[in-house]
Amino acid sequence: MPVIALIEHDGTAVKKASNELVSYAARWAAQSGDHAIAVILGTLSDKGDLASYGAAKIVHMDDSALDQVDPQQYVAALRAVMTEHGAEKVVLAHSSTGKSISGILAVQSDAALIHGINALPEEGIYRRGAYSGKALAYYKPEAGSLIITLMGNSVPAEKIDAAGETISMSPSLPAARLTRVEVKTVDGDIPLPEASKVVSAGRGMKGPENWGIVEELAAELHAATACSRPVADTGWRPHHEHVGQTGVAIRPNLYIAIGISGAIQHLAGVNNSKTIVVINKDPEAPFFKAADYGVLGDLFDVVPRLTQAIRDYKQS
Amino acid sequence: MNTLVCISTTPETTAKIAFSSDGTSYNSEGVNYIMNPYDEWYALVRAIEIKEADGGEVHVIHVGPGSSDIIIRKALAIGADAAYRVDTEAVEAYQVAAEIAAFAKGRDYQIIFTGKETIDHNGAEVAGLLAGMLDLPFVSFANDLKLDGSTATVGREIEGGTEVVSVELPVVISAAKGLAEQRIANMRGIMMAKRKPLEVLQPTAASAKVKVSKFELPPVKSGVTMVDPDNMKELVRLLAEEAKAL
Repeated sequence: MPVIALIEHDGTAVKKASNELVSYAARWAAQSGDHAIAVILGTLSDKGDLASYGAAKIVHMDDSALDQVDPQQYVAALRAVMTEHGAEKVVLAHSSTGKSISGILAVQSDAALIHGINALPEEGIYRRGAYSGKALAYYKPEAGSLIITLMGNSVPAEKIDAAGETISMSPSLPAARLTRVEVKTVDGDIPLPEASKVVSAGRGMKGPENWGIVEELAAELHAATACSRPVADTGWRPHHEHVGQTGVAIRPNLYIAIGISGAIQHLAGVNNSKTIVVINKDPEAPFFKAADYGVLGDLFDVVPRLTQAIRDYKQS
Repeated sequence: MNTLVCISTTPETTAKIAFSSDGTSYNSEGVNYIMNPYDEWYALVRAIEIKEADGGEVHVIHVGPGSSDIIIRKALAIGADAAYRVDTEAVEAYQVAAEIAAFAKGRDYQIIFTGKETIDHNGAEVAGLLAGMLDLPFVSFANDLKLDGSTATVGREIEGGTEVVSVELPVVISAAKGLAEQRIANMRGIMMAKRKPLEVLQPTAASAKVKVSKFELPPVKSGVTMVDPDNMKELVRLLAEEAKAL
């Protein structure tokens, strides 16, 4: 039975994380000698290269009604593909879209549901993070059908050549229950949850007027900016930048923490980053214990020089 | 307008994470439990604000054992009118959603709130399952809610910003930061909570669809490499060549 992967896109191009999703679906399907089907819902001009990431089939429902995510409509669309192709396993991105449709899809498919998977299953056991990234949990689904969401940046997007046979489908969809009124994007081009590099700062910055050095470092690295909770709560930085146990949880390749002590609640949001750099003048800052690289120094001195060192490196 | 707030209990944010020797369960010895922050600060408070504006009642429901009662009473102290506890351990999301759905079906809740996720399992699964079981529209990660008669206009968190959607009630909404401001229970609330009903319900014995195989702690990170603050060139080299992070 094939595995379905729901591709995420912005109407123009496929999101990078969806290549990981297709690659995961192909490798997951291969465990039982099966293939992966990539599903694209809504208008999309550039379908990218899903075949080379392992999509044996690509189903595109080119219906502009699907340009907004209505959970009931998305579920009906996926159910149509599942029924048509006899699929009982679906992998969605662990994203705002994936998490809004997964539960309804699981109920209608009489499937087990597990969010936040971060590795391929081994012998029918699925792994995800637990306790805000402080532990790992392994689950055995008890139903035949299974819906999962895949954590971004947990499984590499491997190139696995597949046929990529394109299929059009236009099943009848139920009426939408949600009506999109508007989408407001935040300033800055890199959404924090999707950024592969993040520069974050906290109370050590002393005040919002000092954030220029943080933003310059982020710009030099093509990184998103983030902050600790106290800084968001006092309004120095916008709420969406708050990373931590009650903020956003991120998994970038690089997380640079500037003037952040590293309280447990903050670490909970960033402890799955691949590389953590901590810049702090306090040798007792707990963050150093969670870091890969540490710089004990005055951030007002260190951060501009780090920015310059990166500029120099890029030019060499 | 009547609303239902689904509340979970979680270890407090600084609780030590340890498991039984066979790794199959969380070691809760000595651990202090709290109401899941997203449920308490955002879901519950927004429901109470709706009651204060439009009348009606706020009910809370929890799936769990008697030891949760003290936390459920806190919800009453903050301002809920009545509480229900399904007397069974919360095993996994499908089972919890099924118990809540069995309770909520046929009751006139215009909005069913949950928190966006719990801070221990980080699942964010119950709300969507609940919407599926009750065949209700679902708006996840709401950070703003305006009501106009039977229409809700909801801002929700998406990657890179906020999406605003309008939906006809009844609806399931999962609450994210920004939906309301945290409230502390005052003395009056605490006193009044003692007289509010907390009804214990028998479970429907909904089965779980997922079983825990084991928990484990991740491998300990090897020590930090300290870099001289005067040598940022070296840090960049390490990031580029050793960590391959640039």
